[in-house]
Amino acid sequence: MGAPIIELKGVGKSFHSADGTSRVVLQGVDFTLHEGEIVALLGQSGCGKSTMLRIMAGLIPADSGQVLYKGMPLFGPARGVSMVFQSFALFPWLTVQKNVELGLEAQGIAPTEREKRAAAAIEMIGLSGFEGALPRELSGGMRQRVGIARALVLQPEVLLMDEAFSALDVLTGERLRDDILDLWEGGQMSTKAILVISHNIEEAVMMADRALIFASDPGRIRAELPITLARPRAAESIEVRGLIDTVYGLMTASGSRTAHVTQKEIKAKLGDRLPAADIARMEGMLESLAETPFQGRADLPKLAEQTELADEEFLNVSNALTLLDFVHLDHGDMVITPIGEQYVKASNPERQALFGKQLLEHVPLIAYIRQGLEQDPSGDLPKGLFMRLLRYTLNEADAEAALRVAIEWGRYANVFAYNLNTGVIHLPEAEEST
Amino acid sequence: MARNKQFFPRQVVEAGGNRWDWALLPLVLAALVLLAYGARQMSSPYQLGETLPLSLDPLVLPYYLLRTTVRMFIALFASIVFSCVFATLAAKYRAAEKVLVPLLDILQSIPILGFLSITVTAFIALFPGDLLGVECAAIFAIFTSQAWNMAFSAYQGFRSVPAELTEAATVFQLSGWQRFWRLDLPFALPGLLWNMMMSMSGGWFFVVASEAISVSNQNIKLPGIGSYIALAIEQRNLHAIGWAILAMLIGVLLYDQLFFRPLLAWSDKFRFEETGGDTAQTSWLLALIRRTERLQELATASGRFLQRSFRVFRRRYDGTSIRAQPHDPSSTAQRVWDAVIAAGVIYASWTLFHFIRAEVGWGEVAHAFVLGLYTLVRVLLLIFLAALIWIPIGVWIGLNPRLAARVQPLVQFLAAFPANLTFPVAVLGIVHFKLNPDLWLSPLMILGTQWYLLFNVIAGASTIPTELRYAAQNFGLTGWLKWRRFLLPAIFPSFVTGAITASGGSWNASIVAEYVSWGDTTLRAHGIGSYIAEMTAKGDFPRIALGIGVMCIYVMALNHFVWRRLYRLAESRLHF
Repeated sequence: MGAPIIELKGVGKSFHSADGTSRVVLQGVDFTLHEGEIVALLGQSGCGKSTMLRIMAGLIPADSGQVLYKGMPLFGPARGVSMVFQSFALFPWLTVQKNVELGLEAQGIAPTEREKRAAAAIEMIGLSGFEGALPRELSGGMRQRVGIARALVLQPEVLLMDEAFSALDVLTGERLRDDILDLWEGGQMSTKAILVISHNIEEAVMMADRALIFASDPGRIRAELPITLARPRAAESIEVRGLIDTVYGLMTASGSRTAHVTQKEIKAKLGDRLPAADIARMEGMLESLAETPFQGRADLPKLAEQTELADEEFLNVSNALTLLDFVHLDHGDMVITPIGEQYVKASNPERQALFGKQLLEHVPLIAYIRQGLEQDPSGDLPKGLFMRLLRYTLNEADAEAALRVAIEWGRYANVFAYNLNTGVIHLPEAEEST
Repeated sequence: MARNKQFFPRQVVEAGGNRWDWALLPLVLAALVLLAYGARQMSSPYQLGETLPLSLDPLVLPYYLLRTTVRMFIALFASIVFSCVFATLAAKYRAAEKVLVPLLDILQSIPILGFLSITVTAFIALFPGDLLGVECAAIFAIFTSQAWNMAFSAYQGFRSVPAELTEAATVFQLSGWQRFWRLDLPFALPGLLWNMMMSMSGGWFFVVASEAISVSNQNIKLPGIGSYIALAIEQRNLHAIGWAILAMLIGVLLYDQLFFRPLLAWSDKFRFEETGGDTAQTSWLLALIRRTERLQELATASGRFLQRSFRVFRRRYDGTSIRAQPHDPSSTAQRVWDAVIAAGVIYASWTLFHFIRAEVGWGEVAHAFVLGLYTLVRVLLLIFLAALIWIPIGVWIGLNPRLAARVQPLVQFLAAFPANLTFPVAVLGIVHFKLNPDLWLSPLMILGTQWYLLFNVIAGASTIPTELRYAAQNFGLTGWLKWRRFLLPAIFPSFVTGAITASGGSWNASIVAEYVSWGDTTLRAHGIGSYIAEMTAKGDFPRIALGIGVMCIYVMALNHFVWRRLYRLAESRLHF
């Protein structure tokens, strides 16, 4: 292992919301990025991996702990660290050439030298001929190539990639990933270390020498998985498949609170975030699980393939199903519970009722909303009250998301109804009249 | 052939330029000469009280148009600089933002006559014995009718730069200066340009008031279109009014073709949505300039100059330097600043209280508020009426893409045309038919601003997704149901945008529209606008201040309680 480039020592970060409460996003993160390695960060959205990347990039300061770049304290973005963005972050009014030259121009490098270096980077990344084009004329894949050329032209020691491929379609993303790995293996780039953030487990396993799996609330490194396979790696090989399987197991185990049937006592809390799972998808996955070929027990990657869901959605849906006790996880496999089987067999009205029962039993937030409505003489409560409650434990966006999920589920199960125009949650019509 | 070249001086051989250069040369030279001539006329000996020679001869109109144009462009340039400085300060520094944004909110709702009456004497004193002082006052008045909305748009543009672009600028070590030119300004530019056009029509609207300065017992008429109109009104010369309208039409057309259209077409590349759209503006002049060599060189030369400035103003250390260490924002300093602001507000309120008690009396204040209420009712009623007329027409035009493409430039043009030129006709009509001015002067307020309503409704209707239209057809939506369930909700957001602009403009126009003169006939409607206009003519400072204050309160309350809420409603629910 090479010399350390960026070191995080006991780094913590919290964000303060408007009403003065704060939420811990990162806690006690120890991590060292060494020369000569590619590291992948995996975790569900909102787990703090993106915050960690931005701390390493010098974009946001850490609240506690130390951030060192080559042994020196880091107070802002270092010249040796470059970044590739999820949404490309190209300047739409600058041509490809000018976009690539951006960092060089900022450093005050002479125009001729700049042009020479930009041309070299443009050629290396396969953009020759597009120098004069504006970003809006290019496809997504080509745009991200510009983003990569812009980062590489500075000859950075560290390249940070923030979900660089997730805005692209699968084929384009794979192609770009392979190109970068080729450059890396061929020693054409001066970059000594790459840190990749990803949602896509396969991507991480294909690229990285090390994968870090993040746990959320607060964000911390849950597990570290060395990947010693030689590159290029074949996506279909048994080793790669096995690793993907392991990572799935690690990620779902961290996300779900009822990982084993015997762990029922760890229940969800009122102020927890809820997995943003769509009901149609939940039903779809439950049905696939019950049917052939799985017959109630499925290997997670295989099920993911069958349902054709992206990793993040897949994890959200499987977490939601686990939360509601329709399935449970057992050594990286998903197993349907008796309630899950009952649900699959039921008719639509019965499904609704069963879903409602599970909601009230397993989702404290929904149970709490329902209880409040029943006690209130008018049978309705403004959504804002619950937002205020959730803001104690979650930030604005997460609180909003959790309440949205709760309302969607509650509406489907007819536990309560919601009026978008007035922002009021109320008891369902039929029950009100009785 | 190539070898022969070396015998000639380089300037001849590489004279560059192509036929397009030659074609544009006369235009460029003429513009330069005219502007220089117009600018030189601004400084000439002048004693206060002296009457400047003015003529109603149509032949002097081109000259007057030139003088007005020079003033407008100087004011526009000042507005651009002001907007950039304001937006940078307000967007970068929390402490500055706390003061500047509310301040601009207030300045924006102060009618320009208010500024003029307070500043004109100071400007005249600045250049004793020279006309330049009066010119400055006029330019300042035009500036106040242009700057605020431009500053707001720049501020909003700077604030809404996407987070990832900001991060990219930081990661790639752009300095503040580089960031401004490479990221902030380009991002805010389309909005700024759009507001520049609106500002220009605002400037036209008040051209009479700003050139024929008749405030605080001064009576100065600077050579210009505005003074020409003022004189024509004084002398009841309808022919001259006709000529002035024609000259203004030509002026607005020239601005549009030679200035704004090329700028709009050029600024198309600064649109942020990265997908290509087909709404691009076209301009023959820009196409012509793009074909020239020499003029293009001028552009690259200024580009090089900017580049050189980037080398000078660059970030000289990175995040590993001790200089990058963040100094904790001291909470004491922040608290002290807040206390200073609070003290300022308290002091101002106390002064205001004292001022009202000593100078005008509470009865007058109540009177002004009642007058404000009249104007408020007028504004709301007029917008309602205008909506009733223009929504059906706008929707009809918007749903016919080919018609919309043809009508849209016309509407833009109408919006830029100063409607107050038609006021004398209204006065003649009202006097002739012995109509009630309280009722019949009101429509004048919305004459100029209704076009924003139409313009936005057309824009809204033409962006209704086609699938939605098919769906509405498919379900057989007709009549009132179709309007209520489909068309009205679909155009609501753009209607609100248009109504906000129209409402703001109408308040400002009320000063001119509620108090209209034609020779020695003066018609006035009861309202805060006529109150301000009347007090301004008298030079009664405390009452001008009172009138302006009351109008500010009404405008801000209307913005806060009605428009902003509707806007938020439109943003959160009614969009595609």
